[in-house]
Amino acid sequence: MSSYKIIDHEYDVLVVGAGGAGLRAAVGLSESGLKTACISKVFPTRSHTSAAQGGISAALGNAGEDDWRWHMYDTVKGSDWLGDQDSIEYLCKEAPNAVIELEHYGVPFSRTKEGKIYQRAFGGMTKNYGNEPIQRTCAAADRTGHAILHTLYGQALKHKTEFFIEYFVLDLLMKNGECKGVIAWNLNKGTIHRFRSHMTILATGGYGKVYYSATAAHTCTGDGNGMVLRAGLPLQDMEFVQFHPTGLYGIGCLISEAVRGEGGFLLNSKGERFMEKYAPKTKDLASRDVVSRSIAIEINEGRGIGENKDYVHLHIEHVDPKIIESRLPGISETVETFVGRDVTKEPIPVVPTVHYNMGGIPTNYKAEAITLNDKEKTISGLMAIGEAACVSVHGANRLGSNSLVDLIVFGKAAAKRAAELVKKNSPHEEISKSEADKSLDRFDKLRNRNGSNKTSELRLSMQKIMQSKCAVFRTEKTLKEAVDEIKKPYEGMQSIFVKDKSLIFNTDLMEALEFDNLIRQAMTTIKSAYFRKESRGAHAREDYPKRDDSNYMKHTLSWQNGVEVRIDYKPVNLSTLTNDVQTFPPKERVY
Amino acid sequence: MVQFNLPENSKILKGKYFKDKTGSSNIKKVYIYRWSPESNENPREDTFEVDMNTCGNKVLDILNKIKNEIDSSLTYRRSCAHGVCGSCAMNIDGINTLSCMKSHKDIGGDIRIYPLPHLKVIKDLVADLSTLYKQYESIEPWLKVKEAEFQKKEVKQSKENRDKLDGLYECIMCACCSTSCPSYWWNGEKYLGPAVLLQAYRWISDSRDEEKKMRLKMVADKLKLYRCHTIMNCTSACPKGLNPAKAIGSIKKMLATT
Repeated sequence: MSSYKIIDHEYDVLVVGAGGAGLRAAVGLSESGLKTACISKVFPTRSHTSAAQGGISAALGNAGEDDWRWHMYDTVKGSDWLGDQDSIEYLCKEAPNAVIELEHYGVPFSRTKEGKIYQRAFGGMTKNYGNEPIQRTCAAADRTGHAILHTLYGQALKHKTEFFIEYFVLDLLMKNGECKGVIAWNLNKGTIHRFRSHMTILATGGYGKVYYSATAAHTCTGDGNGMVLRAGLPLQDMEFVQFHPTGLYGIGCLISEAVRGEGGFLLNSKGERFMEKYAPKTKDLASRDVVSRSIAIEINEGRGIGENKDYVHLHIEHVDPKIIESRLPGISETVETFVGRDVTKEPIPVVPTVHYNMGGIPTNYKAEAITLNDKEKTISGLMAIGEAACVSVHGANRLGSNSLVDLIVFGKAAAKRAAELVKKNSPHEEISKSEADKSLDRFDKLRNRNGSNKTSELRLSMQKIMQSKCAVFRTEKTLKEAVDEIKKPYEGMQSIFVKDKSLIFNTDLMEALEFDNLIRQAMTTIKSAYFRKESRGAHAREDYPKRDDSNYMKHTLSWQNGVEVRIDYKPVNLSTLTNDVQTFPPKERVY
Repeated sequence: MVQFNLPENSKILKGKYFKDKTGSSNIKKVYIYRWSPESNENPREDTFEVDMNTCGNKVLDILNKIKNEIDSSLTYRRSCAHGVCGSCAMNIDGINTLSCMKSHKDIGGDIRIYPLPHLKVIKDLVADLSTLYKQYESIEPWLKVKEAEFQKKEVKQSKENRDKLDGLYECIMCACCSTSCPSYWWNGEKYLGPAVLLQAYRWISDSRDEEKKMRLKMVADKLKLYRCHTIMNCTSACPKGLNPAKAIGSIKKMLATT
């Protein structure tokens, strides 16, 4: 079959993806002297980390006393006790140093009067184990992700990381259950490349684009997750999809939680500050799943705003315009550009919008990928970090500003672990030609298919199913329907139509390949949601409204093979990593 | 008079015409530059009739609509769709801008969409930015402090000093400014251009950086810096409202006064 000429490369370590996590790992790896390649389908600063707005959490204590243990408690509670406490301890303890390091790299953080890093309040971040909101989220105005991403790219340049930019990775190269590298397609030249490596770190981000309306970029197609599923490996906790409470109505752009952190609040059509009812203590700064559900209930019960009563208002116009100008300039610009409103004078129309995937490639706190084969075991040669991974620090619901810190802490941890595991310049094993051929066969088939289904139509039908049947609230009925209906767009790939047959910058083919990744994740998400008959964090079942710790305090693992999705479970790790902190036992989650 | 003619194979020919199939009464004609490196054909300008009743407000919505519904081979870069990633920079109605931020309602009549000017075209609206990226690398875009200064605490910076980075660090490197600059068109290999000089000035202005003098010296060159003739196209093109011309002026002023 495949007549593609293959260009070979050998590296000690590969990083796939050049967002915050991938770049942080690449910097650490280059520093350690390992021969490192960073492969990305977009130029690094185009990665979706650039869209992160509000900030990065770390118990620096620049705005009053703070303690990483309080941060840990908030994260465990935010996760609805599905997060692994060893990983969460690691995250919160390492966070302050990781942020200080970013500052030393040159991130232009906003500053306090004393010249320290400015910190703002964010949902679910509290003082003294849940007492009152705390300012823990370090910010560069409302462009924190942009500032971090550009700074990390600069650091990678400083350390002479080798980049392969606008290369689309097709598949992992596996041998006896171990990862030996990847096969990739160079968009600019139209060539096929085989990268052999001792360690492959997937930092490929989330898969927001399985939904119709998401804050995610067009490129957020979870390509690494797709590769893992095709390699016969599982994904974890896919049913947990975060809806951000404040997506811009009708557009889907993110309106940062920083708006509420700086004093903004939500009103329904009756002018009621409804969050007081759902979260008496923290109100508009409750965690995201809680606020999203509250908005959804307000809308469902007829108290939404607008012609179709399908959004609510976010008010910030009572805040001093000077503060808005210095701390929320990006939001002001976005609202002006997309809905033509001046946030200092008018409210912002918002609606819960798909934003983040808590699920992904299961790993331990050292970022090593794991699978379940009777018992848990690490997959040699494979790591995952960032939104692509499920460490799991976010459990059933991520707190705002915990994702940027996740990227940095675990990006760094992955580099450290890889440096321990990989011996510099050690020889590479032979991989059979059939491994690359399998992937190129898929590539070639998609490229040359002349069926009747456009990629855009298959994608749209998947997105509509996800949007209507696997949304903020779920039921047995909608999920059962979704389990059946989602098979259709998957099978539709058999008769897909790719018009462009060329190899150079063929985005028609790339979108088909991305769809191949997306649809597998849609199937595992739905099946995982269907089998979890309880409500926990972002997974809200109307028919099972309570959390059920005796049956479901466990991680879902899902394997996909054709239209079949297999589900299994593994326990949540409630033990901490060290004796510096005690386990936080499950209790009722009230904000 | 000297006559300038494009080589025969570079002339833009009249391309395909994609007629509306929806029967809509609200049609906009969109002319788009097309070229594929794998065909031996000249570049062409295709015409698409687009139903505006079912189209979002931005030019990117038009492109997505064409790709999804009319011609899936249309090639362009896009990612975040809200003006922060800088992928979808192109020339729209004669002006370089981000297609995701540009409202088509601001454009009267037909719309003409071309790749960013004076760059090699890779395919259709995708231009080759590799020279600009190399130039970006050349200004060493990372904080330079002596290693001994590294402590467990942040390097302090006053609010006033931090404010000096506003209007600079926000650059998303979309290249709208550099590719609108006639000086960069002529000397793009040697003149750093507004995007990269704005970035150079961002690091020169950072009170935490200890290599300000070296940074100034690095750009003080008649081609790298002084090819700027204050034409100001850069500033009017910037979709983020930044002012690269002013940054370049500030660098020149610093050099003149130190």
